[in-house]
Amino acid sequence: MSPTAARLAIIVAMLAAWEAGVRWFGNPLFVSPPSRVAVALLDLAGNRDVLAAVARTCLEISIAFALSTILGVGLGLLVGLHRFTRGAMYPVILLLYAVPQVTMLPLFVLVFGIGMVSKIAFGVSHGVFPILMTVAAGVQNIEPILVTSARAMGASRRQILLAVVFPHALSSFFTGMRLGMTAVLLGVLLAELYVSQAGVGYFTTMFTQTFQPQNLFALVAVLAAIAIMLNALCRWAELRFRANV
Amino acid sequence: MKRLVQIGFVVLLALLWQLATLGHVSPLLLPPPAAVGREFLVLLQTANFWPDLRVTLFELIAAFLIAAFTGSAIGSAVSRSSYAVRVFDPLFAGMYSIPAILLFPLYVLFFGLGPGSKIAMGATIAFFPVVLNTITGLSQVDRAYVAAARSMGASPIQMFWSVMLPAAFPVILAGLRIGLISGFLAILGGETIASFSGLGHRIVNLAESMDTARMFANIVFVMLVAWVLNAAVSFAEARGRRGIA
Repeated sequence: MSPTAARLAIIVAMLAAWEAGVRWFGNPLFVSPPSRVAVALLDLAGNRDVLAAVARTCLEISIAFALSTILGVGLGLLVGLHRFTRGAMYPVILLLYAVPQVTMLPLFVLVFGIGMVSKIAFGVSHGVFPILMTVAAGVQNIEPILVTSARAMGASRRQILLAVVFPHALSSFFTGMRLGMTAVLLGVLLAELYVSQAGVGYFTTMFTQTFQPQNLFALVAVLAAIAIMLNALCRWAELRFRANV
Repeated sequence: MKRLVQIGFVVLLALLWQLATLGHVSPLLLPPPAAVGREFLVLLQTANFWPDLRVTLFELIAAFLIAAFTGSAIGSAVSRSSYAVRVFDPLFAGMYSIPAILLFPLYVLFFGLGPGSKIAMGATIAFFPVVLNTITGLSQVDRAYVAAARSMGASPIQMFWSVMLPAAFPVILAGLRIGLISGFLAILGGETIASFSGLGHRIVNLAESMDTARMFANIVFVMLVAWVLNAAVSFAEARGRRGIA
């Protein structure tokens, strides 16, 4: 059996064990077999409020990711390209990066409210650091001989940046985007679960408190699927653009 | 000069912070740094963080022990055959890319608001780096070592203790370190989202009662705890690496 087939078989076996275990031993108030989750998935697909909540969370993730990329690349270039800004900012950035950001979550809600803005801001606070660090490292780790030879051939600073530094930093840029996406997902979902009035966090809390495990499992499955797709997309972009350079 | 720039940057930030609190920013959102410092000293003097710190550390230790045992046991079992590695490694890596915090509502449903759900959350998050690094470490041991030990008549037990484990130890230790730190963050996140004790819950409580200066002092305290934890683990990792190699 090929490893992929074996993997699929394991997943199917786990689902079957879950189904059997829950049907025979589980309390339907707390757990739900996969078959009922699948039915609930169809139910949720027809529920306009839940669809709006999922769309809202996707929007939060996209905005947070876009902002993290812009900020992260901008600050990363600033830190990576200039010795002065690197000396001044890098230790401070490392310090901020080491802060356990979850502890700041109540603060974000206090400052940005319980709406979308606090989720986006918290997502950005997670996503910006990995992007910043990878971009800064990518810009710095260029082989000095490339820069030296470009300079020896009379390239201006601008030409060196555009023709040597940026093309070589491109793959680190995409690595940063992938790490940033993982972090943004974590930030946005954490903020959603903490407090939410119309996003997915509202529905996870509601389904938990009203003992509807089949709906809760289904919603978690949808979010996991979105996360897997976004991660796969970033990985694909990373591999593709790395191959091109 | 570099130091000077760094210190200048930090002082500038503190000055801006102080200036902002003098202006129009409400002290409910951003307390002046002096007030935070005072509250921090009060916090250290009265030492009333013990009950919450104890809960959080207990959760962390329980979660880490679960993750370390299951992760290294499953990892070493899988790494015994290269076929199993090809089946399970992508499976675990794929699961690792899903934001595990999504499971938290389910854990609250299963294990309640107490330490149980946080231990489960921390153990889930810490499990993956441990198992992945155990697999990587044990399956990348140089074949020459294994062949040499076998030809000299090593028993399976000797093979494991004297060859496989020392060769794979640095990678496994790195996995344990990542697991401990990410488990700590997950537990703090869980306490922030839904709980009735622990450091994360303490910060939420202060935020919700708009006691921002004390909240900032507690955030600083948690940063300190994270820093101590990080330093202790890095120290242990360096010692362990030197001790066995």
